[in-house]
Amino acid sequence: MGKLPRMSAVPLTISGVGKDFTASGRRHAVLADVDLDVAAGEVVALLGPSGCGKSTLLRLAGGLDTPSAGTVLVDGSPVRGFEPRCAVVFQEPRLLPWRTIERNVAYGLPRGTTGERARTEVAHWLSVVGLADFARHRPRQVSGGMAQRAALARALARRPGVLLLDEPFAALDALTRLRMQDLLAEVQREAGTTVLLVTHDVDEALHLADRVVLLGASAPGKPASVRLIQPVPGDRPRDRGDAELAALRVTLLAELGVQTPVSPVKKESLI
Amino acid sequence: MTLLHPKTDAAGQRSPRAGRSALSSLPALSGRSLLGLLLPLLLLAGWQLAASAGIYSTAQLPPPSEVLSALTELIRRGELWHHLAISTQRVLIGFTAGSVLGLALGGLVGLSRTASAALSPTIQAIRAVPSLAWVPLLLLWLGIGETPKIVLVAIGAFFPVYTTVSAALAHIDPHLIEVGRAYGRSGLPLLSTILFPAATPAILSGLRLGLAQGWLFLVAAELIASSMGLGFLLIDSQNTGRTDIMLLAIILLALLGKLSDTILGQAENRLLAHRR
Repeated sequence: MGKLPRMSAVPLTISGVGKDFTASGRRHAVLADVDLDVAAGEVVALLGPSGCGKSTLLRLAGGLDTPSAGTVLVDGSPVRGFEPRCAVVFQEPRLLPWRTIERNVAYGLPRGTTGERARTEVAHWLSVVGLADFARHRPRQVSGGMAQRAALARALARRPGVLLLDEPFAALDALTRLRMQDLLAEVQREAGTTVLLVTHDVDEALHLADRVVLLGASAPGKPASVRLIQPVPGDRPRDRGDAELAALRVTLLAELGVQTPVSPVKKESLI
Repeated sequence: MTLLHPKTDAAGQRSPRAGRSALSSLPALSGRSLLGLLLPLLLLAGWQLAASAGIYSTAQLPPPSEVLSALTELIRRGELWHHLAISTQRVLIGFTAGSVLGLALGGLVGLSRTASAALSPTIQAIRAVPSLAWVPLLLLWLGIGETPKIVLVAIGAFFPVYTTVSAALAHIDPHLIEVGRAYGRSGLPLLSTILFPAATPAILSGLRLGLAQGWLFLVAAELIASSMGLGFLLIDSQNTGRTDIMLLAIILLALLGKLSDTILGQAENRLLAHRR
């Protein structure tokens, strides 16, 4: 991979954030009292059971929704609607089907990037995600993994202070997912951008994140909050078979309620 | 009528171009596209058979040869081009006006919930009025010149365009709209980069439907108050007992309608080719 321009990574500060939704006339709290600091250049994975509000929190960070309580600060100033300092990669690629892959990536360029400069940037990000040979293809002509790589390139082209990833690899097959994780780790290391990654995959969180944040409700029906912040040891790229990570995996899975409390011996056999 | 001459020229230039493009694609014609010619040929043969079997009198069902001679007669007298040109002109002007209005109002209603709530009940009620119901009023208000006919065609073209455009814009994948907003587009840039491209296929098929309905309303207009055009040719042939001309007018309407739809269809194919 060639030299990447460093992103101007910025910190993300979430304090006292709550989010209510109104469904059929009843208010329903999804998140309450969420506090989270993400340092500039840090990778934080948001982990939690489905429906716990992980994606909601990410949307609040990107200004796609507004919090009912608390504040979200990007680089010390409040997030605006559709925050220009953030870029989002959704679970689905959401490419524009009428544009080529390269024109989809160009869609992410900051305002006013035109002409030769735009072409160079797009070509650069396409080669970063390994799609240089598919620049002129339409989204429908490429695989799901390639489409998601194009979506990642589109987000990177925006040169975001904070990169927001909403279960970006969840819809991909297992092998493609592993390759995408490695690609993301590499891109992040080179570009140095701040990343908030929503995932329900414990291994993905442990492979990519500096810290894993576990979201969850204290009791069923209650709004979710931060239950646990787990720093992940070791520098990336990480060994997927690392024993220390394996132990952490058991702890996190247990926190997620994947297994009922069992004896340590049985616990080991479940790995 | 003063409108006729420049437009005749335009129509005269248009048709050879359409003919050339049809010819140039001839070698590419596959067996399957030739299949579409089979039914018209069968109909022609059946018509000839029914006419020569004497089931109907020649006055009721003249054979194809008589319709052909009616065609040459009208061409020789120089009347045919005038009828064709004036009808085509009415459809083109009316369709353009109606579809531009349909695009504008359909866009407004499709994009703004407030506009939809305020306008769409009324527009739907007006849409429910049958085409012929407009004719007496249009004649009373606009006289018997070109205007009422063009207005009626415009009314006919307006509704399919309005309906498809407003529905298409109102039902664009919210995920794509969110992408547009998340990548800093709102207002006009959002419209031009997301909403309009996403709605293009529906808009194009709406235009084709509008054009077809324009021809429909044209005949309604010409049947009632005109001294020229294919609709006039129909009613005039009925009054003079010329069934051959009546059949000719019907065939010409079918051919013109198909030709204009084919031209729009090719434009549609070209615009959407890269999406397939």
